[in-house]
Amino acid sequence: MLFADPLFGLPSWVDAVIRVVIVILVMTLVVVYLTVGERWVVARFQQRLGPRKTGPGGILQGFADALKLVTKEDIRPTNADRWVFELAPYATFIPVLMTLIVLPFAKDWGVRNLALGLFYVFAVLGLNIVGIMMAGLGSGNKYALLGGVRAAAQMISYEIPLVISLLCVVMITGADMGGGVGTLNLNVIAALQEDRPYIVLQPLAFLIFFTAMLSELHRAPFDIPVAESEIVGGYFVEYSGIRWSMFQLTEYASMWGFSVFGSVVFLGGWAWPFGVDAHWTVQLGTTLVKSLAFIIAIMWMRVTVPRLRIDQLMNFSWKVLLELSFLQLIVNGFILLYDWPQELLALTSGIGAVVLIALIIRHSTAKASKGLVGTYRTLGSTPQ
Amino acid sequence: MTVWPEERLVTADAFNTVDMTINVGPQHPATHGVFRMVLTVDGEMVVDCEPYIGYLHRGLEKLTENHDYRQSMGWWDRTDYLAGMACEMAYCMAVEKLGQFEVPERAEYIRVMMVELSRILSHLMFFGAFGADVGSFGTSFIYAWRERERIYDFFEEVSGDRMFPTYFRPGGVQMDLPENYEDRVRWLLGSIRQGLEDFDGLLTGNEIFVERCRGLSPVSQEQAVDWGLGGACLRSTGLAYDIRKVEPYSVYDRLKFDIPVGKTGDVFDRFIVRMAEAWQSTKIIEQCLDQMPKGLVLNPDLPKTLRIDSGECYIRTEGTKGEYGVYAMAKGGNKPYRMKLRSPSFCNLSALKQMVVGHYVADAIIILGSLDIVLGEVDK
Repeated sequence: MLFADPLFGLPSWVDAVIRVVIVILVMTLVVVYLTVGERWVVARFQQRLGPRKTGPGGILQGFADALKLVTKEDIRPTNADRWVFELAPYATFIPVLMTLIVLPFAKDWGVRNLALGLFYVFAVLGLNIVGIMMAGLGSGNKYALLGGVRAAAQMISYEIPLVISLLCVVMITGADMGGGVGTLNLNVIAALQEDRPYIVLQPLAFLIFFTAMLSELHRAPFDIPVAESEIVGGYFVEYSGIRWSMFQLTEYASMWGFSVFGSVVFLGGWAWPFGVDAHWTVQLGTTLVKSLAFIIAIMWMRVTVPRLRIDQLMNFSWKVLLELSFLQLIVNGFILLYDWPQELLALTSGIGAVVLIALIIRHSTAKASKGLVGTYRTLGSTPQ
Repeated sequence: MTVWPEERLVTADAFNTVDMTINVGPQHPATHGVFRMVLTVDGEMVVDCEPYIGYLHRGLEKLTENHDYRQSMGWWDRTDYLAGMACEMAYCMAVEKLGQFEVPERAEYIRVMMVELSRILSHLMFFGAFGADVGSFGTSFIYAWRERERIYDFFEEVSGDRMFPTYFRPGGVQMDLPENYEDRVRWLLGSIRQGLEDFDGLLTGNEIFVERCRGLSPVSQEQAVDWGLGGACLRSTGLAYDIRKVEPYSVYDRLKFDIPVGKTGDVFDRFIVRMAEAWQSTKIIEQCLDQMPKGLVLNPDLPKTLRIDSGECYIRTEGTKGEYGVYAMAKGGNKPYRMKLRSPSFCNLSALKQMVVGHYVADAIIILGSLDIVLGEVDK
């Protein structure tokens, strides 16, 4: 699947169709295993076993779930706005599918190698919110409305730090390519990290990216639009059967897409640590392992961290992440403009990352490690 | 038909917004049962809250009037169904006070031990459900379940039932503890302490949890007394009012324990007071095991059918949610003339509206969770 030449010398559009179909099939398989994989991971964190009965060790559970969902009745509430309601799942799903087109899974492996790949990912992912708003407004349900509006507010807030944290990396690619403005081509960005991944130079940008990514994906602790204990699923509360599974498909596909994307931009993608000339299976495996690390980190967050409130979420984005990401951008600009050594990038960004972590955990004054007795003694008590 | 009434039309020079009502419950994950509240929200802010109760009304008081003193035990289990033994305790004390029945000392210790185990059960359930309210995706629930299952196993062993043991009897308890039970309870205490520390690690030390709960809906001591709050909701305001200390009943006056109190009465204090209370309960159980004498567990002088000529009494016990009071009146025969339950959950829930108005929707759910209501007790 080289970017450059069409498969078997077929016409360009036939080649594109074949590649898209392959991507859809692979994505569906990945999503099926992500859903059951999440159940295994969550079960592990919750001292349970998880699904183990369907097939050897439970490996067929994902297909059983999919079959169950597809055969369920597709219900449309009377109050729903018919076309808006029915088209919303597709409107959320298609942008996510489109982002998968530019992701490089190994050297020259992917559907299309776009020069503006990074920009394209955000231009297309931004459309995702249209479908979510359609679901929220079209369902004729107040929980769904709240969820949709929350999702829109959250997405707009976190898009900015997300993009700026990626711009920090793009600036450095310019220096790596021997001057110039850098590249937005994801394949080139991965290849440039043959020696060291950009997370080493930009830990702060990585942290901001990861946080904003969680928010874009509506995963804990930013799962406010789908908050199960408050608005019982948010924008997809009225969906059932195949349409509901479209939303699930979107959620897990975008999780996977973001993971591959993050590992390409920050963790060296297929190029680090085995080099650009490694065998394609090694490169594919590298991408897979890195994206799995992302996915497990996301699942880990989900099972252990409670949910933020909407105003805390907004404050964190506009008052902390935005400032830090702009600061990072400006500092990078100075260092690269005057051709100062790249170690300085790592140093400044590292300091920023420490500041961010300190801000995040400023209230957790080690109560947990002291155990309950320590907590108890801070309270008053009546004399005997 | 006009979809938009005249006054709701958006005019060119004014951007009018309309409040929205959201129905929460009776089938909703945050209502911990079949409770329903109608929230009026302005965007994300709650401007009004209308609670509706009664979905679990079973006519407990009337049922008690129509049944033999011993038959009614099972109904009372089902009031605070997270801590059945604590309810049996209050019911039995009321019947014993009416009929002036003696209770053997060993039975008193067994009762206190069981009630404190129930208190831990109830508080563990609170930690689990509250963690889920704040959004920890069921992990807190599963954490709570490990210790709860173990305690339920111990209940099953003495009574044959897990949630509704019906183990107490007027005049003692049904039967003596099984062989080697005391030693195994000591092991259970270790397990419970480990579970409480796990909770501490999962929730108390979590930045987001603290951020969500600290300073949320603080209640002053005057307000708490005015609204008739009880239990941890009252003590979180700093008022050390616990009926086990204020009016000691059973053998509580022989046991050493502290009453944990909070400072500000906010949601975080309610949580941490319960955490400390569960810790105190383990201390109480340990002392019960140390001091427990040998002997009878059920007063042998009582007839099979209890008959009480006349009398009237009010019994106050510290239930798991607050003051669990039973008013009882007898006018002869084998049935009470009147039995009235003063349920702490109902009193705590009545303050809901004052607490949630002006907060975010997400916080309203947490505040409701922090009251730790049990619908069986609210609706009787």
